[in-house]
Amino acid sequence: MEAFRQYLALCGSLLFWLFVAPFRGKPWRIGHTFAQIVRIGVHAVPMSALTALTIGVVLAMQSAAQLAKLGATVYVPGLVSSSLIRELAPLVTAVIVIGRSGSSVTAELGTMKVSEEIEALEVMAIPPMSYLIIPRFLAMVIMMPLLAVFSIYVGLAGGWLISHYSLHMSTAFYVTHALQYVELRDVGIGLLKSGVFGVLIVTIACSIGLNVSGGAEGVGLATTRSVVVSLLSVFVANALLTALFFF
Amino acid sequence: MSAAEPDATLGEPIIEVDSLVRHFGKQTVLNGVSFKVHAGDTFVIMGGSGCGKSTLLRHLIGTEKPTSGSIKIFGQEITGMKADALQKLRGRYGMLFQSGALLQSLTVAENVALPLVEHTPLDAGLIDTVVKMKLEQVGLTGHGHKKPSEISGGMKKRAALARALALDPPLVFSDEPTAGLDPIMTAVVDELTQRLTQKIGATVVVVTHDMNSVFRIGTRIIMLGTGANQGRIIAQGTPEEIRADPDPAVQQFINGDPDGDGVDDTGELLYRDMLLRKL
Repeated sequence: MEAFRQYLALCGSLLFWLFVAPFRGKPWRIGHTFAQIVRIGVHAVPMSALTALTIGVVLAMQSAAQLAKLGATVYVPGLVSSSLIRELAPLVTAVIVIGRSGSSVTAELGTMKVSEEIEALEVMAIPPMSYLIIPRFLAMVIMMPLLAVFSIYVGLAGGWLISHYSLHMSTAFYVTHALQYVELRDVGIGLLKSGVFGVLIVTIACSIGLNVSGGAEGVGLATTRSVVVSLLSVFVANALLTALFFF
Repeated sequence: MSAAEPDATLGEPIIEVDSLVRHFGKQTVLNGVSFKVHAGDTFVIMGGSGCGKSTLLRHLIGTEKPTSGSIKIFGQEITGMKADALQKLRGRYGMLFQSGALLQSLTVAENVALPLVEHTPLDAGLIDTVVKMKLEQVGLTGHGHKKPSEISGGMKKRAALARALALDPPLVFSDEPTAGLDPIMTAVVDELTQRLTQKIGATVVVVTHDMNSVFRIGTRIIMLGTGANQGRIIAQGTPEEIRADPDPAVQQFINGDPDGDGVDDTGELLYRDMLLRKL
């Protein structure tokens, strides 16, 4: 309950620093944000790529195995593209980002908290919200949809590998059929989902990190809690968003 | 001169603390602490472990809020102060944390430069020069490019001192500045602290339990009690007055005796009685 109160307090303060403070002469720190974009987003690219590729390959193989029984393997590209764009790319990207970026945000902020660095910033009249949290928030909200788009492409390439080399479809056939079953709206909702996941991941990671107590052990526990809470929130949010837009 | 009349040798009050009380749950950590720190003082807060001296310092810098009582810094009440106003006030003082609290992601030079980059319009070249000067003052020339994790504990502390002094603040707080330093570095840090008050005219508040430092740098001293006197001021005055204080707890602390009122040995006596009864 206390943790939830801390989370709401962080969100309130975040809204202030995002939308009010820039008009009071405290602009966003662009340099810091770019540094975080590289750490949170760019460094997650190889892992997202590998995961998305395997997901695309597996989707194609599983759907081909089932659809072959009905003689309907022509639907494989559409199945791969719609499940990637609507569900799997945003979700799998979120899981990767929670594992490598959300956890590191919590661990870093938690360590800064226990070593008095956050207090030092406050005393130097450098608000931790502006110096630490806003750059991480912006980086996450910008990079999550971009990573999801990237995962969609790589996942589609994975589906193509199976469709082309195993099901002997031509590339043109694969692409037209993959596009036939998705609308622009699906892409928009997929990106909206990943944006929402990004907000959830970074706010949970920051809130738990900033409220660490109890030394190294506290940092370890907080990092675990951050990953668990983020994963659960993302899965629940995904179900809600799917129900809202597709059901 | 009557007691109520202000002492003419003292400067204007920079910090005024009145009846400060702080509870953590049922525990009373600060119990009606009142004192004034005057301009140009090196004000030492001393006392045993757990007496609440670091907690007192956290209240003075505004990172902890008291249960009751008042704290005025530069004449402004900070206990109910809004974040914006507190932020402005914080530009006027520096703080040296016990652990140094250097940002691990920045180099030593970047740490010292941080307050200058954030709060002054100086260009990079000028900031670089000021940083070199500050590092030179604390004997860290040539270590600016290192990360905090690559330097020793004593060096971290001196780098943190350089950072606290970066803006030449008129008021400096210092939490255990010499703990963990060798005797030579202790003397260096003490001398730096003295130079602050004597040459720049700054006011310094130091929390320490290092008795050599206390008498070397302190111009006014308060001592917080432990045990039954937890969180109360049990002695205050000039170094001479503290040395001459008749309170056995104060004398024990100054002389570093293991036995006396300052040590809570009721538990030990209880166990001894229990053992004797069983024999």
